[in-house]
Amino acid sequence: MMSDLLNVQGLTLATPDKVLVEDLSFSIMTGERFGVIGESGSGKSLTSLAITGLLAPSIRPTGRVTLAGEEIIGAPEKRLVRMRGDAVATVFQEPLTALDPLMPLGRQIAGPVRRRLKRTGQDAGRAAVAREVQALLEQVRLPEPERLIRSYPHEVSGGQRQRVAIAMALACQPRLLIADEPTTALDVTTQAEIVRLITSLVEELGIALLFISHDLAVVGQVAERVMVMRDGRMIETGPAQQVLTRPADSYTRSLVAAARRFDEALEGQP
Amino acid sequence: MSTASTALPSRRRRGNATFWLGLILVGGIVLAGVVSFFWTPYALSDMAGGRLEAPSAAHWAGTDRLGRDLFTQLMIGARIALIVGCGAVGIGAVIGVATGILAAFATRFLDDALAAFFDILIAFPTLLIAMLVVAAREEASLGTAILALGIGLSPIVGRITRILTKQVLGQDYITAARVSGTSWGAIVYWHILPNIVPFLGVNLALQFGLAVMAEASLSYLGLGAPPPNASWGRMLQEAQGTVYTAPWGAILPGLALFALVIGINLLADGLRDRFDPARRDG
Repeated sequence: MMSDLLNVQGLTLATPDKVLVEDLSFSIMTGERFGVIGESGSGKSLTSLAITGLLAPSIRPTGRVTLAGEEIIGAPEKRLVRMRGDAVATVFQEPLTALDPLMPLGRQIAGPVRRRLKRTGQDAGRAAVAREVQALLEQVRLPEPERLIRSYPHEVSGGQRQRVAIAMALACQPRLLIADEPTTALDVTTQAEIVRLITSLVEELGIALLFISHDLAVVGQVAERVMVMRDGRMIETGPAQQVLTRPADSYTRSLVAAARRFDEALEGQP
Repeated sequence: MSTASTALPSRRRRGNATFWLGLILVGGIVLAGVVSFFWTPYALSDMAGGRLEAPSAAHWAGTDRLGRDLFTQLMIGARIALIVGCGAVGIGAVIGVATGILAAFATRFLDDALAAFFDILIAFPTLLIAMLVVAAREEASLGTAILALGIGLSPIVGRITRILTKQVLGQDYITAARVSGTSWGAIVYWHILPNIVPFLGVNLALQFGLAVMAEASLSYLGLGAPPPNASWGRMLQEAQGTVYTAPWGAILPGLALFALVIGINLLADGLRDRFDPARRDG
C-alpha cells in the first residue's frame, strides 16, 4: 500500500439525479503504466478529473482518492493547486483547444517551468526558463524549436501541438502523468509516434502513467496493467497481456473480438 | 462581413483599408485635440470676428453668434471629446471588467444576482443614469460627466465580460492550465484577459462612440462641461437657434462627432483583424 502512488478506494461520482461512476477501486504504483479502457460515457475522463480535483461543482465525489500520500477528495483548493503539477499533470484529447490560442507556444511551456523552478527553489530567471523550455522541446523531439517557441497553436500541425502539450505536462515534472485519449484527435501515423513518445518518456523519467483510451490496440501498446470500464463501473482488471488476449468478462471479450474483426478487415484489404 | 466567402486576400485588404481609414479619422481628431493645448487660431473667448460669419480664410469654420471662432471651438471640442471618451470608457471598463469576471467566477447565487443587476441597469438608458449621477453630484462639470458616463457604461461592459469569461472558462486550455497548477489569479491575467480583450475591445470602441455622443447630449442639455469649455454638444446647442441662418455652426460639430465615432469603430475593427493571431494568416 505504501508504494502506491495513486490509490482510489470506492470512488463514486454522482449528480443529484444520476450516478456517473460507482464504487471504483484501483491503484497505480510509482513508475507503473496503467491503462483505462472504456467507450464514451463510461466515466473514464470523469475519473481522471476526480484524481486532479477538477470535477464540476455539480458532481459530488465520495470515497477516497490518495495521490502521493495526500487525500484529494475534500481537500481545499489551495492544497490542490500545489498538488497539481507537482504530483500530477494531464495531456488532453484535443491539443488545439488545450492550448491558449492567443499565446505563443514557448510562453505556454514557460509557465509551468517557471512555477516548478520557483517551487523547488531554483533559479527562475529568464535565461534559466528559456534553457528548460528548449530542453523540453528537444525531449519531445520537436524540430526547429526556435521557430516553434514563437509560433501560435494554429500555426503548427496536430502532432506538433500534442508534443507541445506533452512538453507542458512534463515541464511540471509530475510523478503521475494522466493521458486522456491523447491520440484520438490525431491521424494514425501521428498516433503511433505520440504513443511511442509518451511510453519512452515516462519510462526514461520514471513517471507513472494513467493512459485513458477507447482504443484497445493503443492501450495494449502502452500499458502494463489495464482496467476495463463500462457505465461507470469496473468490469475487469489485470495485466494488459492477460486482459487483452484472454478476457474473463463477456463485455471485454466482445470488445476484443470487435477490435480483432476490425484488424482482420483492414488486413483483408490490399 | 457581408461577403465572408470571398477570397482571403481581399478580406485582408478590406481589413487594412478599414484600419487606415479609421486611423486617419481618429488620428486627425487626436492631432487637433493635442495641438489645441499649445495653439488655436484665436483664444476661446476672443470675440474678434463678426457675428455668424461664414467659413473664410480668417475663420476656417466661421464664427458663432458672439463672433467667436468656431474652428478654435472645434479643436477644444476634439480635446474634450477624447478626454470624455477615454475617461468614461476607462471607468466603465474597470468597473465592468472587474464585476463581470467576479460574476463569472462567483457562486450560482451571486452570479445570478449580478447578471440580474446588469440587466436592470442596462434597461435604464445610459443617458438617464448619467443625468441621475450629475444630479446627485449637484454640479455640472467635465469630471462629473465623465464619472456619470463611466458608471452608465459599466453594466454593458460587465455583462459582456461575464459571458466572454464564461466562454473562455469552458475551454480545455483553462483546465490544462489548472491541472498544471496555475492559480486562479494567474489564469485570469495570462489566459482570460488576453482572450476576452479582442472581443471586448471592439465593444469598448463602440462604447467610446456612445460616450462621446452621450456627453454631447449632456452638454446639449446643459449638464455637461460648463460654458467656457466648448464641447461639440454645447456647440450644437448654441447653434440650434441659428441653424437656418448659419448652418455650418451645427453641421461642423455634427460632422466632427460623426467622424470620431465612425473612425473609432473602423480602427477597432481593423486593429482586431490585424492583431488577432488566429486571423492573421487568413
